Amino acid sequence: MKTPADTAIHASLADATFQAYREAVIRLPPDVLRVIRKAAATETSPVARGEFANILKNIEEAEHLGVPLCQDTGVPVVYLTIPPDVSLTRGLYDGVAEGIRRATREIPLRPNVVDPLTRHNTGDNTGQGMPAIHVKPGDSFTVTVLPKGAGAENSSRITMLLPTHQYGIEGFVVDTMLHAEGKPCPPVFLGIGIGSTFDGAASLAKEALLLSVDRMDDYEQKICNSVNKLGIGPMGLGGDTTALAVKVKTAACHTASLPVAVNVQCWAHRHATVEVKRVR
Amino acid sequence: MSGDVVQLHTPLGEEVLSLRAGDHVELSGIVYTARDEAHIRMKAKGIPFDPKGAVIYHCGPVVQDNRIIAAGPTTSARMNELSGFLLDSGVRALIGKGGMGALVREQLKNRGVYLAFTGGCAALASSHMTLKGVFFEDLGMAEAIWVIELDHLPLVVGIDAQGNDLFDKVIQRAKREYEQNRKKV
Repeated sequence: MKTPADTAIHASLADATFQAYREAVIRLPPDVLRVIRKAAATETSPVARGEFANILKNIEEAEHLGVPLCQDTGVPVVYLTIPPDVSLTRGLYDGVAEGIRRATREIPLRPNVVDPLTRHNTGDNTGQGMPAIHVKPGDSFTVTVLPKGAGAENSSRITMLLPTHQYGIEGFVVDTMLHAEGKPCPPVFLGIGIGSTFDGAASLAKEALLLSVDRMDDYEQKICNSVNKLGIGPMGLGGDTTALAVKVKTAACHTASLPVAVNVQCWAHRHATVEVKRVR
Repeated sequence: MSGDVVQLHTPLGEEVLSLRAGDHVELSGIVYTARDEAHIRMKAKGIPFDPKGAVIYHCGPVVQDNRIIAAGPTTSARMNELSGFLLDSGVRALIGKGGMGALVREQLKNRGVYLAFTGGCAALASSHMTLKGVFFEDLGMAEAIWVIELDHLPLVVGIDAQGNDLFDKVIQRAKREYEQNRKKV
């Protein structure tokens, strides 16, 4: 049975999801902007400089017009943090879905969500298991929306390496980008998940994309440099910048396993977090 | 940026034959959006516009109240096997992202060019566009053919009419680089 408090949470979660989706598809986060501007300033290839000029103008136009940066407004990937006094109920999932439907109508978003076999489009960006919602306990009640476009997601890969083949991780990442060519809209951000289980590595790779991208440790920087040596460049037209950043997230794994996942993200690395308003 | 920006206006003619891969151009005039479904429909039932000198844009836009909201390019490679009949009918340019395969590179020879527009730049694109009409609207928003007037859309020649292909050059070099580094490990 729904209490008035449940109804209030449903409404404010739907509203926060809508706000986060809107923010995400129109404005890039500050750390993402910083790395794009930095790469644009140092790029030496004339064709790539032209691509960066379009990217920077597009970022301005989206903000100015209040429209999505890219017409592929993705599928909704959502991360919720739930404080101790909020119960995890079906209602929370419904609240997020309600926010997605409203975002689709009002922003507007392109309806991208279909049945995997019949390919029937639901028209509102929700469906069985969609939005993809990941819940974690936390101190505050927040919703993070990471709209994921198909070009980049389709280039993502996973492998189960031999546990003694740690040296193969970098090669797998570079090989993933070599196969991707210009399809994922480079310059890309690469989220790398290392460890956990088959499915866990893929989740880690996606979560790695939510880490600050304007800082890389030595390991991340080394992989990023190797990817950039490929020279694929913006849109596969050649240039110094193929990857803008590489972010790694690890978790413990079986002694006989080394799962590695690469989640590719386009230059339009869209995500936003909004705190869910509470009526006390 | 290298050199001058070449100004093009539709319908296109033989001027496209002198363009070279890597040239920056600005395109004005009418383009027709088409993705997978529109190509299949046109191949089976005919092209609903005059294809002579026409330009195809690989794009599934967001349209609201007869206005283009967002209209960046989609991955052209999906149309690799579906583009020959358009070029045979007189189409002079294909716009998209990511480049096209060897088949299209051959089909473009002495006839037309592939123009690359920056993926993800949907807001920039829409600020250069006016919606003029639609064909095959029953295919849905993403797959319909939208008739769009462009005003100086900034593009780069990805594949020219001589068979020079920027994308192929880049990927061949990337493969050599990858093989060299693998030998070092």
